[in-house]
Amino acid sequence: MRSDYLLSQLDVLEAESIHIMREVAAEFERPALLFSGGKDSIVMLALAEKAFRPANIPFPVMHVDTGHNFPEVLDFRDRRAAELGVRLVVASVQESIDAGRVTEETGRWASRNRLQTVTLLDAIEEQRFDALFGGARRDEEKARAKERVFSFRDEFGQWDPKNQRPELWNLYNTKIRRGEHIRVFPLSNWTELDVWAYIEREGLEIPSIYYAHERQVFERDGILLADNPYLSRGDDEPLFAATVRYRTVGDMTCTGAVESMAQTVQQVITEVAATRITERGQTRADDRTSEAAMEDRKREGYF
Amino acid sequence: MDILRFATAGSVDDGKSTLIGRLLFDSKAIFEDQLAAVERTSRDRGEEVTNLALLTDGLRAEREQGITIDVAYRYFATPRRKFIIADTPGHIQYTRNMVTGASTADLAIILVDARNGLTEQSRRHAFLATLLRVPHLVLAVNKMDLVGFDQQVYEQICDDFCGFAAKLEIGDLTFIPISALLGDNVVERSANMPWYDGPSLLHHLEHLHIASDRNLIDVRFPVQYVIRPHASSDPELHDYRGYAGQVAGGVLKPGDEVLHLPSGFTTRIHAIEMAGQPVSEAFSPMSVTLLLDDDVDISRGDLICRPNNRPSAAQDIEGMVCWMTADRPLTPGARLIVKHTTRTVKGRVTDLHYRIDVNTLHRDETATQLGLNEIGRARMRLTQPVFADPYSRNRLTGGMILIDEATNSTVGTLVITEAR
Repeated sequence: MRSDYLLSQLDVLEAESIHIMREVAAEFERPALLFSGGKDSIVMLALAEKAFRPANIPFPVMHVDTGHNFPEVLDFRDRRAAELGVRLVVASVQESIDAGRVTEETGRWASRNRLQTVTLLDAIEEQRFDALFGGARRDEEKARAKERVFSFRDEFGQWDPKNQRPELWNLYNTKIRRGEHIRVFPLSNWTELDVWAYIEREGLEIPSIYYAHERQVFERDGILLADNPYLSRGDDEPLFAATVRYRTVGDMTCTGAVESMAQTVQQVITEVAATRITERGQTRADDRTSEAAMEDRKREGYF
Repeated sequence: MDILRFATAGSVDDGKSTLIGRLLFDSKAIFEDQLAAVERTSRDRGEEVTNLALLTDGLRAEREQGITIDVAYRYFATPRRKFIIADTPGHIQYTRNMVTGASTADLAIILVDARNGLTEQSRRHAFLATLLRVPHLVLAVNKMDLVGFDQQVYEQICDDFCGFAAKLEIGDLTFIPISALLGDNVVERSANMPWYDGPSLLHHLEHLHIASDRNLIDVRFPVQYVIRPHASSDPELHDYRGYAGQVAGGVLKPGDEVLHLPSGFTTRIHAIEMAGQPVSEAFSPMSVTLLLDDDVDISRGDLICRPNNRPSAAQDIEGMVCWMTADRPLTPGARLIVKHTTRTVKGRVTDLHYRIDVNTLHRDETATQLGLNEIGRARMRLTQPVFADPYSRNRLTGGMILIDEATNSTVGTLVITEAR
């Protein structure tokens, strides 16, 4: 029983996210939620479940599968979607490559990270989605810190950071023309620690690779990458066994692991609270291309 | 742990980035790789001191031009509180960004350079913060180190500001002398200013009482979404009809008699649910679902309140408009889409009473239009009523955004002074 009318920071963030999700469900015709099986999208899906209970989640979930994802995470994705009874749309980068829509990068730094944008935009057009929930947070990256909660995308899926719609109070402008869409970020004001604290509080299940496990890895550019068939390893990049966990979960070719002994959510929180390096800085090779790598990809329509 | 949202107003010259950098750094919210990246960029650009503004200026254009264009949100936490900073650019051409950042802020920090004293800019920031009813204001007199930590300088600035503030409706005002660069009175009390007996800035942010800033008196529940589990296999849910929304004011409890607008029908709250679980009360900013005793035809855009305390069902709106587009000016006769709580209607500007000079507060009654970043008092006539309160009574039922019918852009905002 509350008598002081105080809410914890997680309660306030949860209430804000649920308001955002209901606003989308009320004002758009064909929304969808981007679900990768990563921790942020797991929290987002849990919030969607809460927002519409006891009814089912009134929109499908979509995953852009690079073909280079962790099998543990794909299993989790499929199981979670089945449990909730939501329709799962999988947009495949491999199919985009096979159809000649994009060209596979080659060489040691080859990644399908950037190709995802084309697959994503094609799927949005094909499915005629008019709003897409993404799990991006403003504390992740400096370009994301500038983005609106309801972020307008033109008919080419492009973001124009200099011409964003002002966003006041809890009033969101949802007006678009046909062919345009809005990316919606219900976790905008959550931090990495908030996400972990919420996972702990709600007892949310997460894929096993978020906990410490032994794995064959090699080091490249200061990042520990998993041994996997999609990366060509140089002679100067020997494999070794390490006890690691993942702090973020993306494509195997650009997501690094961190050395860790954390077996429980509480232990992960302790490690995250003590770390002096950002999650993307520690584990994402895709942000290292340039100072504005994220802004540039976002302009093209990236997540 | 609760959340305090604050906006910082000021320009790079006032030391705003240094102040934010220090708050983030001292609360360990700046990570080593972020700092390393900023140091590298500063060095590459031939700057002698690490430019902490690069931490918040996230866009390519901002970094190239060395200016802050848009609101950036930054996060840090201490054991007592989580903080969300809306870092807003200070220059007059970004008035709309400050208005945006201030709309949700519990507190605004206005930075003043002790060497220059109050400027037009500081007066404008104070005016905008009070226009948006930011409940708490801090005037941080910065660069005290550059005036020899002189008490007289500080007190003169405080006196000047009080003279100006008398013309504004400021709820709570605190003055703090600081040196963002050296850290005096930012996190720790300064040893250089023994004459100052107030708290450090961070101490003030951590201990400020904000729970009472919400309206817990006037029950306002804009209906956002109707939950009907159509295809449910559970027969108990066949008649389930939940009204979902975020509480905008007051405290709701099961058993309370409530009134529905626009119908005027009264009923009682049968139950309140949060994520499918019953809760004993709901208040702002909780997102909940109401179940009512009677079947009433209720849809999105309606409002639930108490029978003896209702907002105006208003088609004539008076208020202060901040115009946010350069595409076209606001002129009497302009047709706009209006979004107010969960209700979207159309409207026409019938009068522009005056334009206010945001630096001097002078009212220009001869004005015939409002351009980008200009603020004025206007009247609108709406095609349908909205359920509105004066903004001074409730920020959520007293604010509206204005959308261009042709471009779909958000072109302005209106804070309601009178609704009929």
